[in-house]
Amino acid sequence: MKFDLKVNGTLHTVDVTGDMPVLWILRDILHLTGTKYGCGVAQCGACTVHVDGQPVRSCLLTVQSAAGRDITTIEAINQTEAGARVQQAWLDEEVIQCGYCQSGQIMTATALLQKTPHPSDAEIDDAMAGNICRCGTYVRIRKAIHKAASHDV
Amino acid sequence: MMSEKAKIVSPSRRAFIGGALSVGGGLLLPTFLPGLPLIQTAQAQDALTGSLFKPNAFIRVPSQGAIILVMSHAEMGQGIYTGLAMLLAEELEVGLDQVQVEAAPADPAYIDKGASEEETGGSSSTRHCWVSLREAGAAARMMLIAAAAQRWGVEAAGCKAHEGRVTHQATGQSLSYGALADLASHQPVPEKITLKSPADFTLIGTSPRRVDTKAKTNGSARFGIDAQIPDMKVGRIMACPVKGGHLTGYNKQAALAVPGVVEVVTLPDAIAVIGDHMWAAIKGLEMASPEWDYGKNSTTSTEDIIADMKKASDQSGVTAVKRGNVQNALRNAHTRVNAVYELPFLAHAALEPINTTLHIRPDGADVWVGTQVPGRARQEVADATGLLLEKVFIHNHLIGGGFGRRLDSNSIGQAARFAKQVSYPVKLIWTREEDITQDQFRPYYYDRVSAGLTNNGAISGWHHRTTGSSVSARWSPSDMDHGLDPDAVEGAAETPYTMPDQLVEFVRHEPDALTTLWWRGVGPTHNVFVVESMIDELAHKAGQDPLALRKKLAAHQPRAIKLLDEVAKQSGWGKTLPDGHGMGVALHYSFETWAATVVEVKVEKDGQIHILSAHSAVDCGPVVFPDGVVSQIQGGLIFGFTMALYNEITLKNGRVEQSNFHNYRMMRLSEAPDIHVHILPNADAKIGGIGEVGTVAAAPALANALFAATGKRLRRIPFAKQFGKDAV
Amino acid sequence: MLLRYALLTALVAGIGSHTAFGQTAATSAPNQNEIIEKGEYLFRAADCAACHTAPDSKKLTGGRPFPLPFGTVYAVNITPDMQSGIGGYTDAEWLKALREGVGRGGKHLYPVMPYTAYTLLSDDDALAIKAYLFSLHPEKAETPQNTLVFPFNQRWGMVFWNWLNNPNKRFEPDSNRSPEWNRGAYLTEALGHCSQCHTPRNFTYGLSSKAYAGAVQVGWKAYNLTSDKEHGLGDWTDEQLSSYLSTGKAVGRGAASGPMAEAVEHGLRYMTPSDISAMMTYFRSIAPIAKGPVAQDMPPANAPLSTTYKRGEALFAQACAGCHLANGLGRQSDWAALAGAHSVSDPAASNIVQVLLTGTSLETDQGKVFMPSFEKGYTADELAALSSYILAHFGGVKADVPASEFKK
Repeated sequence: MKFDLKVNGTLHTVDVTGDMPVLWILRDILHLTGTKYGCGVAQCGACTVHVDGQPVRSCLLTVQSAAGRDITTIEAINQTEAGARVQQAWLDEEVIQCGYCQSGQIMTATALLQKTPHPSDAEIDDAMAGNICRCGTYVRIRKAIHKAASHDV
Repeated sequence: MMSEKAKIVSPSRRAFIGGALSVGGGLLLPTFLPGLPLIQTAQAQDALTGSLFKPNAFIRVPSQGAIILVMSHAEMGQGIYTGLAMLLAEELEVGLDQVQVEAAPADPAYIDKGASEEETGGSSSTRHCWVSLREAGAAARMMLIAAAAQRWGVEAAGCKAHEGRVTHQATGQSLSYGALADLASHQPVPEKITLKSPADFTLIGTSPRRVDTKAKTNGSARFGIDAQIPDMKVGRIMACPVKGGHLTGYNKQAALAVPGVVEVVTLPDAIAVIGDHMWAAIKGLEMASPEWDYGKNSTTSTEDIIADMKKASDQSGVTAVKRGNVQNALRNAHTRVNAVYELPFLAHAALEPINTTLHIRPDGADVWVGTQVPGRARQEVADATGLLLEKVFIHNHLIGGGFGRRLDSNSIGQAARFAKQVSYPVKLIWTREEDITQDQFRPYYYDRVSAGLTNNGAISGWHHRTTGSSVSARWSPSDMDHGLDPDAVEGAAETPYTMPDQLVEFVRHEPDALTTLWWRGVGPTHNVFVVESMIDELAHKAGQDPLALRKKLAAHQPRAIKLLDEVAKQSGWGKTLPDGHGMGVALHYSFETWAATVVEVKVEKDGQIHILSAHSAVDCGPVVFPDGVVSQIQGGLIFGFTMALYNEITLKNGRVEQSNFHNYRMMRLSEAPDIHVHILPNADAKIGGIGEVGTVAAAPALANALFAATGKRLRRIPFAKQFGKDAV
Repeated sequence: MLLRYALLTALVAGIGSHTAFGQTAATSAPNQNEIIEKGEYLFRAADCAACHTAPDSKKLTGGRPFPLPFGTVYAVNITPDMQSGIGGYTDAEWLKALREGVGRGGKHLYPVMPYTAYTLLSDDDALAIKAYLFSLHPEKAETPQNTLVFPFNQRWGMVFWNWLNNPNKRFEPDSNRSPEWNRGAYLTEALGHCSQCHTPRNFTYGLSSKAYAGAVQVGWKAYNLTSDKEHGLGDWTDEQLSSYLSTGKAVGRGAASGPMAEAVEHGLRYMTPSDISAMMTYFRSIAPIAKGPVAQDMPPANAPLSTTYKRGEALFAQACAGCHLANGLGRQSDWAALAGAHSVSDPAASNIVQVLLTGTSLETDQGKVFMPSFEKGYTADELAALSSYILAHFGGVKADVPASEFKK
């Protein structure tokens, strides 16, 4: 079946089965490999993208439920004001180690700041607890979110 | 501090860009196509852009464009690209903003001095490269200076290199390295290399921005799983869920009926469905419903393995250390503790699942993969395909977490046996479930310890018998010493403490139903938990402060004493704590680094564990990249806390019971404590490793803190399941 | 698609006849292919596949265990294999098994097999199901031995049980009711055997008189389906009820999980809109009984700050919010929405416990939706705290779910 997917402002028509997760369309058809496969069961958050501004796990988001909605991936998150600030804070705090989870972390953190410009530690816990970092960069993620929120980047 | 970051040239990125040749914008060569080894790109570059100065395997200075530093170790998060680039750049006298880094191909030229193969593991990269890469940089610098001196007809001694230029100090004339590339390439390699005095370091000891992180914030970094090769297909692999079983049947038609599925290929013990994309491959494999003969391990459970191990541990093993008279000393001990400690099988669970992209042709093979052992990967593919070794090209990639898993190349060999059955390039991926269930696991250890203290608080007898699988025996048999696996007793044979009467033995016991492998922290992660728990048990039983007892027992180790004092001060050791709180300490020397760690926990009445804070005081000798050290200790501790609280791999009917993060649990941000790292620089000491040090400290410091908080001694990992409402 | 529905409706409902529902009275005798196609529809409506397929085995080869209070019964192989399956059944033997619970060779079946419902089936329908099963590929697969304790392992005891509990008669339409109601009654009672789970059992394990008042089966709570507005379906809109039956989810009512998800996956989602509508008509007519948990609107966020609640809240953020989100609307799909679900306002937390322990899965027109088991990764205390939080947060129910629920 043909579906129209709007990704980072560009409309793509893909001919796939309706149950195909957006993750694999991004990675294997559109070659936007910044969105990562980590678990396939919405437990790790590495595949997080924004759908109409909300953070969603693309590994369990079917193309038929995403068609026609605005999808933003890590490749274009710098075009949002909060996204650019989060990316810069990530660099300034030298958050990243292996980096595999960080696309998802940045997408989730950006969505948090878009909704809650000055999150408390508890709000950061709540928003970020669904994103696994196997390297253990959590201490720095927290600092970087506070930094991005303070506009000190 | 660098204003700009160095860029990483990703091989596959270049391949993707194809035909473009950029002059001045860096090295965007059209030459990196399947069949062409990376090392040749330098020659191609030479042919295309004029001259190239290539003093050694690590440095390429083209007449135009950025200087390339070739990375002999894999970047898997530990920051080694930055650390190695710093070593080279320090002596080459360039800024990190003036270089690009590139993964080395599989080539013996990249074997560390003293090592037998290309390997990123054992926290060894910086230790191995500390001198050799500085020498490589210095040699190149000296040749560039000699070239300039020759050009100007002046003495080399009057020329100085700085930020990618050579300047004649008397006249002020100056040339860039690029302009000197041609002439430099004709200079003799200097016989005597003079390294800079540490006092003159401008880069080493600072914390520049990492060279790999910018690309990791915007999705452009390429991990192995991101390889994009023209006409590539994608496949999902499933191996027999029980080790030693084989494939007996599958529904090919049903798999091929899935839209996008291209082909089904099999091995005796595994099946792969290949499609236009991963979703087709995933669905295709479901429809193929493979059937298996599970073989002789189909009834094995973890309980059986542990029971066997327990039995094996009744007998004495190979002696690692024997000093004094242990039995006498134990008999005469004033305080005595006998204990069994158990550590579970563990999966690596790196966030990037196992994957390999290959194009196997009759005349050669290209392999795009992230590996800690490029040489082994190359050999695996040669063995699987029958190709000559030099026809196999490994394009190493950024690794989305290694932790030891990618020290084995079995998955690459498996992928090659599949890929040789098809003509097109194919990316073969293990799902998360496959990645966990088909992992090679950190061994289970069953450790018996008897130890005593004199009434003066000195060790009076120490008998440690560890029983478990030997990773060395399989992976590096030449390391075995008359049946003794040095890894199995690392951290047990040599402890920080004075032990006049000590016996350490190793009983090798191999479970048939799974394969074991290195796991972050290797021997020390195992033995330091045992030793530091026992020291703590002795201290409490003798009514002594655990940190004070350690200072007393390690009095002959001045570095340890300094660290214990520092961590006591920073953590507020000894302060009065609220009910349910406790502090625990662990001291260790591993990977030639000393570390003392204090953890504070709070245990709720319902058994809920909160790790409140951790302080680590670290002496790793000279420090190349201080912020890198801090982040490795922070991440290493969280990696270790995760394991200590939650992780164990269990078997039932030969199958691994854990499969994904819902049952192989990871610590989350909301559980992560504040972690404070205190580096005590020690420029005169031998340089130590850092990537695994934090992980080693985590479990013992946590177990000791939990005891302080609750009086419950944790001798078995993982801990969380042992803390119910009834346990506190 | 519509054409197919029309054809099926004609086949199944027996257009042109008002004599008896479920009894075919087509003007001309259907050919074998039509019978098989009808049989497949009825087989689905009777939800045979869910019980007769074990995890990791071939379809309909049986072997799925049913742990009952008095031992374990295994579903049998219903492929037409001569030895291990039903290949040897004559029509008469087949009808006897489906109606009297007496298998081939006179062996009494256990009432896990809902023959007290299937007994209502017409001859034609029962034999159409057989025709469909016989059209499948025979698979050899022996059924494991049942492990029942005395006296339940004495099959002859079933004679008395049947005498008490099995009416052994065909469906009789109620002429005072509409054809649609009768069709719904037949689908619900004879084929769907909904009462087997949703009606409480009496002391003999037979169905009690409190029809559709809700009951617990193999640990899962089958909710009150009566027209009671608070406890049952009385307040559900037609759209909600129809959506729940045909897709396993309804906006504001949560999603089906466990055995109900199986019923949707294997049966209900294949049913024609008119059959779904007929079942709804029948459900609407069931006399209200005020029993069982009351589904609640999601309360405003005024969290009680107990340690347990906070522990559960943190766990929810870590392991659950990825799909479910704390706002009750779900993140990934409509099936992940928790607000308004019966399960999150049941103080016994039966289905929360079950779904955490065993997971759930449902094949939908949007692919498979599923939740894995969290038993291995989390402690009993944690799962209990999580359950208490879910009850409080989504259902406004204050209940301390005991950890022992997760240690059985």
